[in-house]
Amino acid sequence: MPQGIRRRDNDLRPKDRGGINSVANLAAMDGAGCSDVTGETTRGGAVSDLKRTDLYDLHLELGAKMVPFAGYEMPVQYPMGVLKEHIHTREKAGLFDVSHMGQVIIRPKAGDVADAAVAFESLVPVSVLGLKEGRQRYAMFTNDAGGIMDDLMIANRGDHLFVVVNAACKDADLAHMKTHLADTCEVEMLEDRALLALQGPDAEAALARIAPGVRDMRFMDVAILPSAFGELWVSRSGYTGEDGFEISVQSTQAVEFSRTLLADDRVAPIGLGARDSLRLEAGLCLYGHDIDESTSPVEAALEWAIQKVRRKGGAREGGFPGSDRILDELENGAARRRVGILPDGRAPMREDTELFETEDAKQAAGVVTSGAYGPTIKRPMSMGYVPTALSGAGTTVFGEVRSKRMPAAIAEMPFRPSTYKR
Amino acid sequence: MKYTEEHEWLRTDGDIVVVGITEHAAEQLGDVVFVELPEPGTQVTKDDEVVVIESVKAASDILAPVDGEIVEVNEALAEDPGKVNEDAEGNAWFFKMKLDDPSQMDEFMDEAAYKKFIG
Repeated sequence: MPQGIRRRDNDLRPKDRGGINSVANLAAMDGAGCSDVTGETTRGGAVSDLKRTDLYDLHLELGAKMVPFAGYEMPVQYPMGVLKEHIHTREKAGLFDVSHMGQVIIRPKAGDVADAAVAFESLVPVSVLGLKEGRQRYAMFTNDAGGIMDDLMIANRGDHLFVVVNAACKDADLAHMKTHLADTCEVEMLEDRALLALQGPDAEAALARIAPGVRDMRFMDVAILPSAFGELWVSRSGYTGEDGFEISVQSTQAVEFSRTLLADDRVAPIGLGARDSLRLEAGLCLYGHDIDESTSPVEAALEWAIQKVRRKGGAREGGFPGSDRILDELENGAARRRVGILPDGRAPMREDTELFETEDAKQAAGVVTSGAYGPTIKRPMSMGYVPTALSGAGTTVFGEVRSKRMPAAIAEMPFRPSTYKR
Repeated sequence: MKYTEEHEWLRTDGDIVVVGITEHAAEQLGDVVFVELPEPGTQVTKDDEVVVIESVKAASDILAPVDGEIVEVNEALAEDPGKVNEDAEGNAWFFKMKLDDPSQMDEFMDEAAYKKFIG
């Protein structure tokens, strides 16, 4: 943003103070709760500290604006712009470079994937043993206090587990897994594969030209498919609320694979800016903002990810970090809850906006953790935490925007219905 | 047409000055999704925050370029903030001010100087 058209201080995220470039703001979206390696690096001009993905040169060629994100230089937008990129993904198909994320193989030493699943269950409140071959599910690493260290996807690939973790947390996650799984498993972070996401209603048709087998997959299936670009590790999932895929491809093939997808008129490259508004419309959490070490899975309204078998009375009850608190909250609820929030007016209620029970309440009752304009729902949207008593859909709360209390309604998420192919 | 270092353009018509933001500024801001305009009749001094403008990226202020009274605002922008990106230096003006002191206009850049300023 030009100097002078002044950034409002109350909207600056804590890490971003002093930044005059609004694009730098998006860089601060990164998971602040982890090692927090991002953002600061380029302010002093030390771009060289930042890592690049296999697609870096392609991003520049496509005209991307690059920003620091989780220790990487990543595209925040392309010439199309955030709003049109968002709409394009919902109407056709968007290609995202998510190679900064960590891809981890967990291989059982004795050869039985059940060993790895049992070991992994000591780190997450999720049923991993119940995950069938060729299937993936959402999970989170919890800490001893019942907070969330990171959220992740875990897949059963027959003789091993495949895990995808957030970029900002990946070093800590790797150390955590190595420490706790070493007795039974080899844990390896892959450094020779790129990760792409292809999302939107035309994603299946575009990817099927390269790997027809994707047509047979349903939501949260994983498969290893042959292609002209080597083995593709495909999952039918994503971070937009759209049907779509995440595709791990060998680094050496990543550029040509991407070019082939982009040669399809239906496919456009999409940056981190639109990725953020897409995931927020879909009601999906951004680690470091909507969830972190201070939020429990129940506070975060992620109970759906905790299968019965790990809850009280289940065959593999507890046995994960923070289980006392989390099992109790599953039975009795938590004091606060992550909710969707729809402001009545047009003004977005952004991250850190304080929420009040009434127009003149002295003490804030809650806070916004993500807020933006939703290009598909054509209105501002937020998510945040409020006391559980105020968490019912339809409850009115007041967000303080530029010293004014503005009414907003607690709302069900997703804000825009997801289109997963179940 | 005059330009400020705050990336506003100013078009004077007698003692009335029309204020908008430059195409360069609109491009840097990204897609504008919210505009909050002042009340006509408001007396403002130079550098007062008079307009809130939010893009898909962030919230920003537009400052009063001179002392004077807000006499008219462009309500169409509140209804359709995207106009700022479509027609920044045309129909997407933000407000009109009645100047207290026309000599305050002397400090601003002409088009050539502004082009140099943004490099």
